[in-house]
Amino acid sequence: MTITAAVFLLGPWPWYVAGPLIGLFVPALLLVGNALFGVSSSLRHMCAALIPGKVEYFRYDWKKTGLWNVLFVVGVFLGGFLAAHWGGPQNVVIAEATRHDLSKLGIHDFSGLAPRELFNWSALFTLKGFVLVIVGGLLVGFGTAYAGGCTSGHAISGLADLQLPSLIAVIGFFAGGLLATHFLLPLLL
Amino acid sequence: MAINDVSDISNQQAVAAQTPVQTTKALVAYLLLGAAFGVVLTKSEVLSWFRIQEMFRFQSPRMYEIIASAILSAAVWVALIKRLGATTVGGEPIAIPPKTLGYGVRYALGGTIFGLGWALTGACPGPLFALMGNGVTVMAAAIVSALAGTWLYGVLRPRLPH
Repeated sequence: MTITAAVFLLGPWPWYVAGPLIGLFVPALLLVGNALFGVSSSLRHMCAALIPGKVEYFRYDWKKTGLWNVLFVVGVFLGGFLAAHWGGPQNVVIAEATRHDLSKLGIHDFSGLAPRELFNWSALFTLKGFVLVIVGGLLVGFGTAYAGGCTSGHAISGLADLQLPSLIAVIGFFAGGLLATHFLLPLLL
Repeated sequence: MAINDVSDISNQQAVAAQTPVQTTKALVAYLLLGAAFGVVLTKSEVLSWFRIQEMFRFQSPRMYEIIASAILSAAVWVALIKRLGATTVGGEPIAIPPKTLGYGVRYALGGTIFGLGWALTGACPGPLFALMGNGVTVMAAAIVSALAGTWLYGVLRPRLPH
């Protein structure tokens, strides 16, 4: 293997490789079996499989419509594991301005994929860790179910099919993200 | 009642309109495609909390370049599939069901709620699972919490505006 190929496989991929590749999952899933690229539906299917209760929203045959999606998500987990192991430890090199802003918020460890001081099991029992992981996760699950899709289903699949509901949803994604970044995080961290 | 009617229609559509092929071969393909997606999420670094912060602070074009080129790439393929009337590899028809607009409230409000969670966790649902694979095991707690959030939506659904 040439050095350039090795660097390409190991290092972070440039945007013009990553972006078009992400877009490819839409036609790939359609061509395999008319499956619509999206991840958040898998959360609904898992609820339907594990704790349907008497809730109408979860009373359907999850295997018939959702087994594929659950397997896709299992694959995503395995893919993350594979990539982590062939690439070795990954440090994300972010913009100097972001580093500066985050330092002012009290983040000092920039190694890894997420701040280690906040995203670990013992931090879950602090206010910061609880809000970032538990409250954040709850909002992700509630919001994607309410909106009927997440970044993959609305921003990629929906916008690629020029659907107006998806455009409204994506504007919402950014409104919420900006709100949390510029108002919630400075209060929390 | 009108609000419930809209949501019930979209519920039926969400469950029934898209019936994907689920033969054993196809299921293996979904698993492998998922694995490929997990690799791409990792190698593109879009699963990183730091990258999401960089994006929401407008301090690097990287995430915008990735998202925009992903949409463009997907749009070209979708247009091509429609134009050629392509079928699945097994010969089944391909159809992308249109999303019901209704009052649009679910998209604006649900989208904003998800956006809040996206910036806090630094991850949308795909990256939550990919981060687990990457050894950020605390994301298991975020996934359980996301399941609780989805379940809560299911319970509150009849009373929410859509």
